[in-house]
Amino acid sequence: MISAERSQSQSPRSPAAAGAPFLTISVTDPVKMGTGVQSYISYRVITKTNLPEFEGQEKIVIRRYSDFEWLHDRLAEKYKGIFIPPLPEKNAVEKFRFSKEFIEMRCQALDLFVNRIASHPELKQTEDFRIFLQADEEKMDRARSYETGIFKKPSDFLQMFKDVQSKVSDVVLGKEKPVEESTPEYEKLKNYIFELENHLAEAQKQAFRLVKRHRELGQSLADFGKAIKLLGACEGDSLEKVFSEVGSKSEMLSVKLQREADNLLFHFEEPLKDYVRSVQSIKATMVDRANAFRQHFDLDQERKYKELNLEKLKFMNPEKFSETEVEFRELKADSEEATKRFEHIVAVMEEELARFQEQKTADIGLAFHEFAKGQAKLAKDIADAWRSVLPKLEACSTS
Amino acid sequence: MMSSTAPTDLPAGDEDGDMETLHLAATAASDYASVASTFDPLLSASPPSPPTPAAFPLSPASSSFVDPPSYADVAASSPHSASASSSASPRSARAAASEYTFIAVSDPAPEAEPAATSLVPGSSPTYITYLVISARRGEHRRHAVRRRFRDFVTLADRLAEAFRGHFVPPRPDKNTVESQVMQRDEFVAQRRAALERYLWRLAEHPAIGPSDELRVFLQVEGKMPLPSSTDVASRMLDGAARLPRQLLGEETVATPQDVVQPAKGGRDLLRIFKELKQSVVSDWAGVKPPLVEEDKDFLEKKQKLQDWEQQLTSSSQQAEALVKAQQDMGETMGALGLAFIKLTKFETEEALYDSQRIRAADSKRIATAAVKASRACRDLNTQSVKYLDTLHEHLGIMLSVHTAFFDRSSALLTVQTLMSDLASLQSRIEKLEAAASKIFGGDRARLRKVEELRETIRATEDAKCCALREYERIKENNRSELHRLDQERKDDMLEMLKGYVASQIEWIPYPNPRRVGE
Repeated sequence: MISAERSQSQSPRSPAAAGAPFLTISVTDPVKMGTGVQSYISYRVITKTNLPEFEGQEKIVIRRYSDFEWLHDRLAEKYKGIFIPPLPEKNAVEKFRFSKEFIEMRCQALDLFVNRIASHPELKQTEDFRIFLQADEEKMDRARSYETGIFKKPSDFLQMFKDVQSKVSDVVLGKEKPVEESTPEYEKLKNYIFELENHLAEAQKQAFRLVKRHRELGQSLADFGKAIKLLGACEGDSLEKVFSEVGSKSEMLSVKLQREADNLLFHFEEPLKDYVRSVQSIKATMVDRANAFRQHFDLDQERKYKELNLEKLKFMNPEKFSETEVEFRELKADSEEATKRFEHIVAVMEEELARFQEQKTADIGLAFHEFAKGQAKLAKDIADAWRSVLPKLEACSTS
Repeated sequence: MMSSTAPTDLPAGDEDGDMETLHLAATAASDYASVASTFDPLLSASPPSPPTPAAFPLSPASSSFVDPPSYADVAASSPHSASASSSASPRSARAAASEYTFIAVSDPAPEAEPAATSLVPGSSPTYITYLVISARRGEHRRHAVRRRFRDFVTLADRLAEAFRGHFVPPRPDKNTVESQVMQRDEFVAQRRAALERYLWRLAEHPAIGPSDELRVFLQVEGKMPLPSSTDVASRMLDGAARLPRQLLGEETVATPQDVVQPAKGGRDLLRIFKELKQSVVSDWAGVKPPLVEEDKDFLEKKQKLQDWEQQLTSSSQQAEALVKAQQDMGETMGALGLAFIKLTKFETEEALYDSQRIRAADSKRIATAAVKASRACRDLNTQSVKYLDTLHEHLGIMLSVHTAFFDRSSALLTVQTLMSDLASLQSRIEKLEAAASKIFGGDRARLRKVEELRETIRATEDAKCCALREYERIKENNRSELHRLDQERKDDMLEMLKGYVASQIEWIPYPNPRRVGE
């Protein structure tokens, strides 16, 4: 897919070791487009690569949130078993939707999203990904509306039909509840994932509250500082000066607190949120796995059943036999395919889990480190500020 | 691992003793240092000590006045005990110089109304009495008496009368229990603490401390020795009875001892009306009263105090908001720590991979540090409340300043009224004399009237002199109190800031300098 117009000029940032494959993507420059109810944010997606599958060394496209969603949904459909990197939340309270913070955080999350795809051995090679990174806006629009419309793909209908079928056979075969995979290891994993989500959600909630507290404390320090200054002005002389110093320090610390609040939001709370989203993505995969298992199990049961019948038919009704045998072979093929699909998911999940844990450890470790660093710096700043004022207070005399 | 040196270079400014807080700070600081040194071997070390300037724990049912720890608590580490502090704070100096070396209010106990007739058998209205123990300077023995809240009210009233022009510390509010959201016990506990503080403030006042009223209150056992004021109704009745006689001219003038007291609340209705008319004349009619407040110094100070009070009000509001914000911060930090502890425990128990265990260890460190920070916050809060509460106290003092200024203006009004009286009496005499001189041979009736009026003038002159003396006395009280307040205010404000800043430094664990920037 090497485009004929491939640019020959080397970008100044290409790696010194020319030839080493690289793919760097960044999502930047959120810009508000449109007006009123139909307004939305568009992002610039810049791809720099030397991989042959791509159309050039550098490509810039404009994308909006639903484009990212399209990519996510396509990958989720096609690559069952893989933990698709999570997207930031779709909906937001109206007035919050265009706040600077929210937009920045979303941009950060989207950047993380595409980069995770780019570093996943399988996902990065998908065509959908390439389309996302390179297609011009028109083509992207078309692709997106095709998918997200009420128009469903034929395979969806088939799947729904099959689901109904298996439910019917459940009833026929006398099973009340759907069958679930229940090996002890998988049970343990399921439990782990569900509980992990709860704990993480709680931690993230508190982290978010902590951000709010920092802002509130910052605000009240600023107000207090102002009030103290005015109070000192009533006294005059030396007292006024020290009051003013204390007031100024308060105001200065207020600024630091606001900054730390921002820092906490982006580098501590957001990673925790991201962790929660990732766990939810794992749950989605687990649903896929459960469906695959059920299909495999049902088809397998059916096949066994039909096999028995077939044996009987061989002796009792030879004409019907050949007809039925053809059906049976088809069924057998389907069953084997379903089993393969299921086993594939299981195998992929194994790898994905190991990868997930490693990556998460690194991410969260970084988040904790940022938290600790930020808090330590804040504590030091506060202590320093007050230490500098105290000698002046002590030297001040009131007589 | 170097343990933090923060406690040792603690400024002597933390003079409210607080030996125990020093010790706690030391352990907190060294804990942080130890966490810092073992934190995160994976990444470059940086101390995890979390946080934050202090937060105030709001007392449970706080109104706009935050309750500081009672003097009894503070007494353990206060200037009254042998404090190791090198520099005496102005406050401790004041307390040390006060007339009483020890005052405590304790043991709230219910007692039944003595002459109560209970409609419901088995229940009689009860009130709470408190045990008041005190020791006077120079005396060895301690006095113990039982007093109820009503007695304190009486004490306050008597002091208000006896010390007009002084800044008499305001007594605790009456607020009836039913208006309170909190439980009876809490209410009683808060009231007990407030009463104790009140007595201390009285004792520390240079004029009131040595007073008989206070002494008698603290030392005379048994029933309350000070006269409770008669209720207003009977006072008014008395006054109403006098009024007709006054109008008819029989009871003409307020006796000298009466003019020493303000007109309002007294029995002399006529006087009240006259002074009201005088104030209306002065204020609204634009007529210049015969004597005006001319003391420029006073007027200036008054204006300045008004500005001061405004700023004080806003500062105390901001201080309260600050306290709350800091408390919230501490709480959330604790909740965060708890959430991480749970996560840690979970990860450690359910870990499927080693990387999870590493992560669990990380989050445990964060969790521990966060919980510790939350505790340090709480302790710092208590300290900060103690210091910033000075703002509230001075708001209370401003109340007494207003009362003292009001004493002055009402005394002035009395003088002005008497002076107008004199002027009008004089003019009546002149009119009568003029009329009498037109009649040949004199007008016996009129001349007799003139004599009466002259008598009245003499009596009124006497009253005016008394009133004027009283006014001057109050002015002098105002002046000396203003001077005292000026100094006290400066001292208290400075001490407040020092204490607040010092406690901030003490309670924020200072990260090990070796670690920062490593």
